[in-house]
Amino acid sequence: MSPADASRPKLAVFKFSSCDGCQLGLLSLEDELLALAGAVEIAYFLEATRRTVKGPYDVALVEGSITTAHDAKRIQTVRRQSKVLISIGACATAGGIQALKNFADHKAFIEAVYARPEYIETLSTSTAIADHVPVDFELRGCPVNKYQVLEVLSAFLNNRKPNLPRHSECIECKRRGTVCVMVAHGTPCLGPVTQAGCGNLCPTQTRGCYGCFGPKEGPNTRALADWMTGEMGLSPRAVGQAFRGFNAGADAFREESERHVPAHDQG
Amino acid sequence: MSDPATPQSARAVMLDVPGLDALIAALAGAGFTVIGPRLREQAIVLEPIEGRADLPAGWRDVQSPGHYRLEERADGALFGFASPPHAWKRHLHPPEVRLMRARSTGSGFEVTDSAGDHAPPRLALLGVKPCDLAAIAAQDQVFGLTPDAPEASRPDPTYAGRRRAAFIVALDCGHAAATCFCDSMGTGPAVPADGGGADLVMSEIVEGGHRFLVRPASPAGARLLDSLPEGTGRPPEAADRAAAAAVPEATRAAQRRRLDPDHRRIVADNLDHPHWSRVGERCLACANCTMVCPTCFCATVEDSTDLTGDIAERWRRWDSCFTMDFSYIHGGSIRIETASRYRQWMSHKLSSWYEQFGRSGCTGCGRCIAWCPVGIDLTEETARLAGRAPAQNAAKQDSATPTGGE
Repeated sequence: MSPADASRPKLAVFKFSSCDGCQLGLLSLEDELLALAGAVEIAYFLEATRRTVKGPYDVALVEGSITTAHDAKRIQTVRRQSKVLISIGACATAGGIQALKNFADHKAFIEAVYARPEYIETLSTSTAIADHVPVDFELRGCPVNKYQVLEVLSAFLNNRKPNLPRHSECIECKRRGTVCVMVAHGTPCLGPVTQAGCGNLCPTQTRGCYGCFGPKEGPNTRALADWMTGEMGLSPRAVGQAFRGFNAGADAFREESERHVPAHDQG
Repeated sequence: MSDPATPQSARAVMLDVPGLDALIAALAGAGFTVIGPRLREQAIVLEPIEGRADLPAGWRDVQSPGHYRLEERADGALFGFASPPHAWKRHLHPPEVRLMRARSTGSGFEVTDSAGDHAPPRLALLGVKPCDLAAIAAQDQVFGLTPDAPEASRPDPTYAGRRRAAFIVALDCGHAAATCFCDSMGTGPAVPADGGGADLVMSEIVEGGHRFLVRPASPAGARLLDSLPEGTGRPPEAADRAAAAAVPEATRAAQRRRLDPDHRRIVADNLDHPHWSRVGERCLACANCTMVCPTCFCATVEDSTDLTGDIAERWRRWDSCFTMDFSYIHGGSIRIETASRYRQWMSHKLSSWYEQFGRSGCTGCGRCIAWCPVGIDLTEETARLAGRAPAQNAAKQDSATPTGGE
């Protein structure tokens, strides 16, 4: 398909419960944005333009989690309008940081935060898009890596498989030559159980990985947690909290955190 | 121009500490980018250096399973450390290489750039320890540079280009960490008498005056020494040679860890041992061991296009037998269980490598032990497979104490 063709694929970007950071990742492509606008018709992307084109859409990028009954209904409409649906970011793929409410009494949160709690209508959980509709591809990250966004769109446009790793962040550290913060500094790090792809952001700043890209394939969270509570001397609470970050709702991280932090305890 | 036939021992030179700068300058003057040890991120890394001021003077490493720290040493040694976190392989077998770039021609494509089109960088590797020298020899074989290599008829262009252009300054090892076991692998701590493929061999002597004995091990090494400015260094005396020879012997005496010499058979005979499952429960399948291993060579090749589909690129990136995708074929991955991946790695490294290349795939550098985030130790796992209790390698502290024998 020629990109100049009038029948360019229609791209839509939808937002649910989220901070907009992943959509911004798309806009911050800068050097590639014009090429992208040439390759696809940006049909629905409210953060970029008020001009909207009706569906159906060839590819939809969906940001955010489902936290209200209205969202739960709207995602069904989005799915019906979209040939390919790609969920982007930790909110859309795991419920995001707001999934912390899944471990607690959400009504208590609402009362603590809002002056007029009676105005707030929300579900008791924050859940991933794939918990509600079939998803064709999940792009991880908090936020997503803009080069991965470009890669997944290039792959879609050229009818090929995207080259996106499912392996550990450690491989990204080692390819880059970053010194392991856990072994060399004793800094707790989720890198060994986290999917690569962020661009090695925290370890290059001598920080441990926060798990923004969610669990890698086959994550052995238990062995890592055992080492942290054993050899590294961390409290079970600290280990549980480490797994309760932006991907707290991802199964492997949720289960590991629940081993260390009691239910209904935010840590 | 020197005569390569000149006996090498006659051409060795003693350098004082400033003399090392003359050596580094001579390498740079010969067109090499000098790669050597320096401090970064509280570790010793192998990166470009400009002079001896960049070297980690007075630092040593303390290593044990899952643990690495630097501490100061009183003697001001410049090379007084054991295996650095990253092996030299990243300079000869780079983590990421663009193999080619191609442009669509409508009906097909034309290659507009390939890795072989570019002159390789000329690197001088300064301070290669014997374990790592043995690892470079092992990778020479893997990538088809030695006559006995399975791929000798078609060496890998990227590796071959970099390796043939490289100049190696090997170093007799002056410090053993608790993770080191080169002695039991026969790879160190002394550089082999024939130089082991290096161009120069260096010994750092700190007792009785900080100085370096440098001897040529190749014609290129001899020429380099000849190119040192007039008046640099002096001929070594018998006492210098004796002091140099004592350095690796002291390191050998301090080394306690060992890999069972019968490792090839132990691993091959115990492929169904229940211990693999126990390791599999601890193993994170994070791939750190394979990334830091100086002989592990696996890579994956990824093709990608730009948005328009007009430009495609093919990249080679380090890969690992610990990932699920590594064994993916039609229908799924072959090695689903982590235990089977650990077994694959260790049995290749310690057993089937002999069948493939006629040698061990392990050189005893100890990196896989130190850089495993949860301290899995292949020397101990081998002992367990052999039915022995652990504790042949007491961990948790650095070497320093001489071996008490087994």
